[in-house]
Amino acid sequence: MKTLKLATALVASVALPAAAFATDLEVTHWWTSGGEAAAVAELAKAFDASGDKWIDGAIAGGGGTARPIMISRITGGDPMGATQFNHGQQALELVEAGLMLDLTDVAEANNWKEVVFPPSLLDACTVDGRIYCAPVNIHSPEWLWLSNKAYADAGIPVPTNWNEFVETAPQLEAAGKIPLALGNQPWQSNLAFGAISIAVAGLDVWKQVNVEKNMDVAAGPEYAAVFQAVADARKLAAKSTVQDWNQATNLVITGEAGGQIMGDWAQGEFQVANQVAGTDYTCLPGLGLNAYLSTGGDAFYFPKNKSADVEEAQKRLAALLVSPEVQVAFNLKKGSLPIRGDVDLAAANDCMKKGLELLAQGNLVPSGDMAWSPDVQKQNEDLLVEFWKTDMAPEVAHQQWVANLKSGL
Amino acid sequence: MAEARRTNRMWRNLNAKIAAIPMVLTTLVVFVGGTAWTVLYSFTDSKLLPRERWVGFDQYERLWSNSRWLTSIENLMVYGVLSLVFTITIGFLLAVAMDQKIRYEDTFRTIMLYPFALSFIVTGLVWQWILNPEFGIQSIVRGLGWESFTFNPLNDPKLVLYGLLIAGLWQGTGFVMCLMLAGLRGIDEDIWKAARVDGIPTWKTYLQIILPMMRPVFITTLVIVAAGIIKLYDLVVAQTSGGPGTASQVPAMYVYDYMFQAQNLGQGFAASTMMLLTVLIVLIPWAYLEFGGKKHG
Repeated sequence: MKTLKLATALVASVALPAAAFATDLEVTHWWTSGGEAAAVAELAKAFDASGDKWIDGAIAGGGGTARPIMISRITGGDPMGATQFNHGQQALELVEAGLMLDLTDVAEANNWKEVVFPPSLLDACTVDGRIYCAPVNIHSPEWLWLSNKAYADAGIPVPTNWNEFVETAPQLEAAGKIPLALGNQPWQSNLAFGAISIAVAGLDVWKQVNVEKNMDVAAGPEYAAVFQAVADARKLAAKSTVQDWNQATNLVITGEAGGQIMGDWAQGEFQVANQVAGTDYTCLPGLGLNAYLSTGGDAFYFPKNKSADVEEAQKRLAALLVSPEVQVAFNLKKGSLPIRGDVDLAAANDCMKKGLELLAQGNLVPSGDMAWSPDVQKQNEDLLVEFWKTDMAPEVAHQQWVANLKSGL
Repeated sequence: MAEARRTNRMWRNLNAKIAAIPMVLTTLVVFVGGTAWTVLYSFTDSKLLPRERWVGFDQYERLWSNSRWLTSIENLMVYGVLSLVFTITIGFLLAVAMDQKIRYEDTFRTIMLYPFALSFIVTGLVWQWILNPEFGIQSIVRGLGWESFTFNPLNDPKLVLYGLLIAGLWQGTGFVMCLMLAGLRGIDEDIWKAARVDGIPTWKTYLQIILPMMRPVFITTLVIVAAGIIKLYDLVVAQTSGGPGTASQVPAMYVYDYMFQAQNLGQGFAASTMMLLTVLIVLIPWAYLEFGGKKHG
């Protein structure tokens, strides 16, 4: 770590004098898989072409590993030029502590209020009426990915929604398949719960709990049904013995498992394996029941730097990230949806088109990252992974879940 | 008179004292200061950034009513006791076997010590694959013809700790063996000769003469192994990431997750203060035995 810092300092001292015209910006992010790296390269290319220089600071190991590193660099007085966060409450305290650059003038100059769609994305960047981040994409976790091969092997048609999926599960099992693939990492259990809760409880109930924070509804029968549904689903996933999400996706790709609940980033894995949407695999947004997508995603924050040159470059980068050309190039590679409704994604595949359609119809829910603090989310993650992987009673889990939510009010 | 003697003592060996100042400052500021700061802030409701809003013992109350933390403590105790007993027993037995003046001792010693050269992350990943039912031991045994063989500890909440234990033992036993072997080699040859003259059987010599003589080695080993157990983290992260469910969670993971992922420093500090207490519980008896005991004996 120390040598790394020393090395960056050395590099900086050499590079700085040369940067009289162009400004170097170090950008940290956790996009390291094949498809993600290709998408970042698009951003870097666009920024370099505009005359500045993108210094890539990828941190491997996912957001859980990368965020602590980013935060300690910012709070430790060694800010990078720009950094990825999921928009919402992750960087809220950093903004409140005055460590982030105010982008309101950039947003006004480029008319972000009009073009960014859905507007909740920009709201998540706004603290006390000022804008502090540039959203770059939309990722939604509420997808059910199904293996057409697994269902062909079992001699039954591919389900069109979650209920059919549960009903046909015994037939899949009889054919020697794992009905539901689920990795052991805690966040995957949390994600699957979130997807099932919107599908089973419906959007209104979900909103009452997560937006209006009505704890009586949270403790009510609708959510009891959700916990019951998860208790049923965990039996289908009992034989799934993989660790990482992409290993679980691989079970679906090879036809060993019937399906997986995973975000739209799973699409990258199918693409790398040369699978075609519709013929080799099927995707059901909102698990085919309530076709809603939550509008989580990634945004870039710009930590305050001392140099005025850097600040100018940060603002140039912020404007560039939201611009239509960059949005198209980046999101096609990333497999995510663009944050503005006025761009054309003709090259998108079947599943992305389904997502775009839902987006256009406005079937959207705000993501949990925006509704609850990381502390509440972590407590729920701990609870839900225990619930998915043991035979904990649904009622007990439900009670604890409500208590966790209340701790964040 | 007494005054003069005290000043005299203070100025004696002045160079050495000046040379020690950086070390003393580092210890005071970084170790003692950092620890005190952590304990102090565990009584606040600090979230992402530390702040002085005092909440008394709230963080501790939440900690001790959290089922994940309770599981972690239970796991640590089970893993700790088993790991202590097995590493020391197996390590000692291996050292005794190695002490029989066998041929190729160097080779065996090297082989035994190799796992210790690997980090816990590598160890964890390797054993994750070995214990994976689709690729590891289970599939090999099934391939040999025993079709109904099942060995899948990492996906069974009741067995997962033993899966960790196997990996931990594999990694740590060689090191303990080396410590023990050094202790055995430190025993005077004459004692062996005397025991042989008296006609005491070898196993009895080991048990009743050599073992008590190796007390310092055992105590050192105990402290090294115990400290390693309390800070157990990377092995679990790599091998099971705490799963299935929360079945293999350990306290160090709780601390990290709550400090950085949950952005709840106060909770993380409270948990790490509890870990510090555990370390003290291990260290104080050791310090007593090592330094306090000598005066009497």
